Amino acid sequence: MPVSDFQPVIGLEVHAQLITQSKIFCGCSTAFGAEPNRNTCPVCLGMPGVLPVLNQRVVEFAVRTGLALECTVKKTSVWSRKNYFYPDLPKGYQITQYDLPICEHGRLVIDTPQGEKVIRVLRIHMEEDAGKNVHDAGGGQSLVDLNRAGVPLLEIVSEPDLRDADEAVEYLKAMRDVLVYLGVNDGNLEEGSFRCDANVSVMPKGSSTYGQRCELKNLNSFRFLKQAVEYEISRQVDVIESGGKVIQETRLWDVNQGVTRSMRSKEEAHDYRYFPEPDLPPLHVSDAAIDAAAKALPELPRAKLQRFTSQYGLPAYDARILTAERPLADYFEACAAHYADAKKLSNWFLGELMRLLKEEGTPLSALRFTPAQLAELLGAVDKGTVSANAGKDVLGEMFRTGKAPSDIIAEKGLAQVSDTGAIEAVVDDILAKNAGEVEKYRAGKTQVFGFFVGQVMRAMKGKGNPTLVNELLKKKLGG
Amino acid sequence: MQLTDLTMLELAAKLAGRTVSSEEATRACLERIRQVDPKVRAFLRVDEEGALAAARASDARRKAGSPASALDGVPLGLKDIFLTEGVETTAGSRILEGFVPPYDATVVRLLKEAGLPLVGKLNMDEFAMGSSNESSAYFPSHNPYDLSRTPGGSSGGSAAAVAAREVFGALGTDTGGSIRQPAAFTNTVGLKPTYGRVSRYGVIAYASSLDQPGPMARTVADTAALLQLIARHDAQDATSAAVEAPDYSADLEGGVRGLKLGVPREYFTEGMDPEVEASIRETLREYERLGATLVDVSLPHTKYALATYYLLAPAEASSNLARYDGIRYGQRAKDARGLKELYALTRERGFGPEVKRRIMLGTYALSAGYYDAYYLRAQKVRTLIREDFTKAFQQVDAVLSPTSPVPAFKLGEKVDDPLSMYLMDVFTLPCNLAGLPGLSVPCGFTKAGLPVGLQVLGRPFDEARLLRIARAFEREHDFFLRPAPLQG
Ligand SMILES: [Zn+2]
Repeated sequence: MPVSDFQPVIGLEVHAQLITQSKIFCGCSTAFGAEPNRNTCPVCLGMPGVLPVLNQRVVEFAVRTGLALECTVKKTSVWSRKNYFYPDLPKGYQITQYDLPICEHGRLVIDTPQGEKVIRVLRIHMEEDAGKNVHDAGGGQSLVDLNRAGVPLLEIVSEPDLRDADEAVEYLKAMRDVLVYLGVNDGNLEEGSFRCDANVSVMPKGSSTYGQRCELKNLNSFRFLKQAVEYEISRQVDVIESGGKVIQETRLWDVNQGVTRSMRSKEEAHDYRYFPEPDLPPLHVSDAAIDAAAKALPELPRAKLQRFTSQYGLPAYDARILTAERPLADYFEACAAHYADAKKLSNWFLGELMRLLKEEGTPLSALRFTPAQLAELLGAVDKGTVSANAGKDVLGEMFRTGKAPSDIIAEKGLAQVSDTGAIEAVVDDILAKNAGEVEKYRAGKTQVFGFFVGQVMRAMKGKGNPTLVNELLKKKLGG
Repeated sequence: MQLTDLTMLELAAKLAGRTVSSEEATRACLERIRQVDPKVRAFLRVDEEGALAAARASDARRKAGSPASALDGVPLGLKDIFLTEGVETTAGSRILEGFVPPYDATVVRLLKEAGLPLVGKLNMDEFAMGSSNESSAYFPSHNPYDLSRTPGGSSGGSAAAVAAREVFGALGTDTGGSIRQPAAFTNTVGLKPTYGRVSRYGVIAYASSLDQPGPMARTVADTAALLQLIARHDAQDATSAAVEAPDYSADLEGGVRGLKLGVPREYFTEGMDPEVEASIRETLREYERLGATLVDVSLPHTKYALATYYLLAPAEASSNLARYDGIRYGQRAKDARGLKELYALTRERGFGPEVKRRIMLGTYALSAGYYDAYYLRAQKVRTLIREDFTKAFQQVDAVLSPTSPVPAFKLGEKVDDPLSMYLMDVFTLPCNLAGLPGLSVPCGFTKAGLPVGLQVLGRPFDEARLLRIARAFEREHDFFLRPAPLQG
C-alpha cells in the first residue's frame, strides 16, 4: 500500500513560555540571555528546605488562554510532582499539573484547503521549565545553567484531530497567533519560548483504530514540524509496509540528516511517579476572576480577520496581513478612524509602510507619526495637493523625522501645481518646441502622447497635477 | 543551683532584671555542654562564636532598655534540620556533610530577630527518619535519664540537650511524633503545632504534608513562650496558615474545670507497658480531681494509621530526597563514571539504611500500577482518620493518651527490627495525619526512673488550650523539677 492508502493522525503538545517578569515559584527574573545561573535563588536551585510560592500572574495567563481557546476553566485544579533525575532538574521533580489541570476541553479553528476545521484542545496546564545542560563546555565537562529552571510554561495539548503535516503547521501558527495576541507568549521559536512536540501515528484509510504513535520532541520551527511529521509518516508507513510494527517511542528530529531518530523506547521510559504536590495547596480560581478575565479578553486573530473583511470591505489577503500582528491591526484601525477609504489605506500599509518598517527595522511601537498624520497625508494625495509619488517621499520623511506632512510638503516644495495658467504656459512651450511630434500626433500617431506628458512633467519637476496636464495636452493637441 | 537549671522564663526574668547577662547564660550553656555532652552526645555542632556574639548583642539591647522579645538573650538549641546561614546543616546525613546554607529557615530568622543566641545544631535521625536517634549518620544521642537508653527520635538530640540542661529550650520537628515521643522519653514538654501554624520554609523536608516544627522545653510555660515567637504566617510557605496567633501564655493557669477530655478506647489496648499505662491512668484520675470530665471516645480508624503513615511519609520522602543527587551541593561520588553512576554512588554512600528503606518504600508506593492500591488508598484512609478526630472534637475539648506505649528503650534494642521501631509512633502519628496540634507533658516516672509522657491532642489551632490542660497537671506534679541523674 502506498502512503496515500494510509491516514496519518497527529496531535500536538504546545509548550509556551509565559511572559511574566518573575519565575513561577520564586521571584527570580525570567529575562533571556543572562549570564549562566545569574537568575537563580535557593528556591529555583532546589536547595534543601525551600518551598514554592505560586506567582498569581501565571494563573491569570492560564485562565486567559483557556478562555480564548474556549476551554472550561476549572475552579479547583491540583499541582503534582513529576519525578525523574536529570542534572537540569534541581529538585529531582518538576512541579506541573497532571490529572486535574486548570483548563480542559477547548477548541481552535484552523483553515484547510477544504475550509475551516475545528481542532479540539484536550487540556491546558501550567508547569515549571527545567534548566539547561551544556555539554563539553570546559575540558570535556558538562555544566548546568539553571536560569531557565522555574520559568513558567503553559502546555496546551490537542486531541489527535490533525490529519497531515500542513494541518499541524496551520494549527501551530494559529495557536501562536492566539497566544501572542493574548499577550501571554512572545511566539519566539528561536529562543525556545514557543515550541512543540508532535504525536504521530498512521492507520489504513477507513480504519477506526489509531495506529501506534511516536512522539517527536522539541520541534522549534514550523518548517521542522512539517518536515519531521512528513518524514515520520512515511517512516511509519514503510515500517508497516515491510511487515514491521511501529513501536511507541520518543524520537528526535535530526535537522542535519532530515530524519527522526529514536531517543528512548517505551520499555525504558520513565515511571514519573506523579503525586499531588504537598507543598502547594489545591489551586482555586474564583468565578469573579474568571469573569474578569473573560471581560478583558481581546478580540482574537480569527475574529479580527473576519471583521476586517466585513467592516472595512478589505480583501482576505489584505485582512490577513493586517491582522497577523495585533499592533499592526490596532494601528490600522486607528488610521481608519481618520480616513474612510480602507482599501486605499490598506494599500499604503501593505506597500510603503511595511516596506519602511522592514527596511529600517523599526517596530510599530516606535513610529514617530500619529495615525491622524498618516490620514492627513493620504487626504493630501486624494485632493491632489501632492502627487502619489511625492506622497511616498513625504511618508519616508515622516517616518524618519516625525514631522507633520503639511510641513514636509511645504519645506520640500512638494506641493503639486494645479494652477491651470501655469500648466498651460508649460504645455504651450513644450508643444512649440516639438512641432514635429505634434504633427505626428495629429496625423494619428497618438502613442506620442506619453512623450508630451513626460516632457511637461519634467519641465515642472514632477509637480504638475497629472490630471490637469493630461486634460490640457489633450485639449491643445486636439485643437 | 546552676544557671542552667533555670527555666527559660526564670532566666528571662533575671535577664530583664539584669542580674544575669545573656553572655553569662550562654557561657553557662557552653560549659555545661563541655561537661555533659561527651556522655549525652546531643550536639552535632556547637556554634560558640555565633552564640556569644548574639548574646553580647542581646546584652547591649538589654542595657539600652530595648529587648527584642520576652526571651531576648535566652540560649537555644536547634535540631540540625533547620537551615542556619553560615553554619553547617546536615539533617543528620552524610550526604549533606559540609553543606553550609546561604540562608536561614524562617523560624531561625524569627528566633534571631527575637534575640535568642543559637548555641548549636542538635543530633537527629537522618532526615528525621527514625524513632531513636540511632539512624543519625554520625552517632546516637543518649537519654540523660539513662545513658544506655535512647532519648527517642527523630528530635532526640533536641530533647536530650534540653533534659540535660545544655540549653534552655530547643526547636524540633514532628512528622509522626518526632517532638512528642522524645519529649516523653526525656521528661520534657514538646509541642507539635497544627499543620501550617509554624513555617516550614528552610526546614529540610522529610514528608511535606506531615512535617511541622515546634518548641521543646522543660516547662509548659516555656513551651508557650517559645511557640509565641515562631507561630506566624509566612508568605514563603504556601501551606502556612493565615491565622493570627493568640497570646499563648495568657490563659495558661486557667485550669481544666468544666473541660471534657476524651479518652480514646483504641489507644488503650494491649502492647502498652504496664508502668506507662498505670502512670497514664493515674494522670487521667488527676484530671478528674481537677474538675475535668473524662469522656470515652472512639477513633475507629486508628488501627490503619501506622500503615497509612508508612505509605504516605515515605512516598513524599522519596520525592523530597531526590534533590540530593551530588550535582549542586553536599557530597558527590567523585570517582563515578557517567551520570547514572554519579547518582547511584552518591546516594548509595550518602544515605543510611533507614533513609534508603523509606525511599524504596515510597518509590514503590508511587509506582505506576501500585499508586491506586497504596498511595491513593492511604490518602483516603487519611481522610477517614481526620474525620474520626472531627467527630471526637464535637464531643470533647481535647483527647488524652500515652505519648509512647513504652518508656525509653535501650540503644540497639530495636535497631535491627524496623517494624517494632515503627510501632513506637503508633500513638503520635494519627495527629500528624489529621494535621492537629499535639503536646507531650511529663506525667510520671517508672520504677527504674524513666520518664513517662501524657499526650494531649486538640482541635486545629487550639494550641492555647492544650498548653492550659498540660499546665493544669504540671502545676500539681512538678516532675520537670526532677533532673536527669547526670554527674556534671
Ligand atoms: Zn529563583
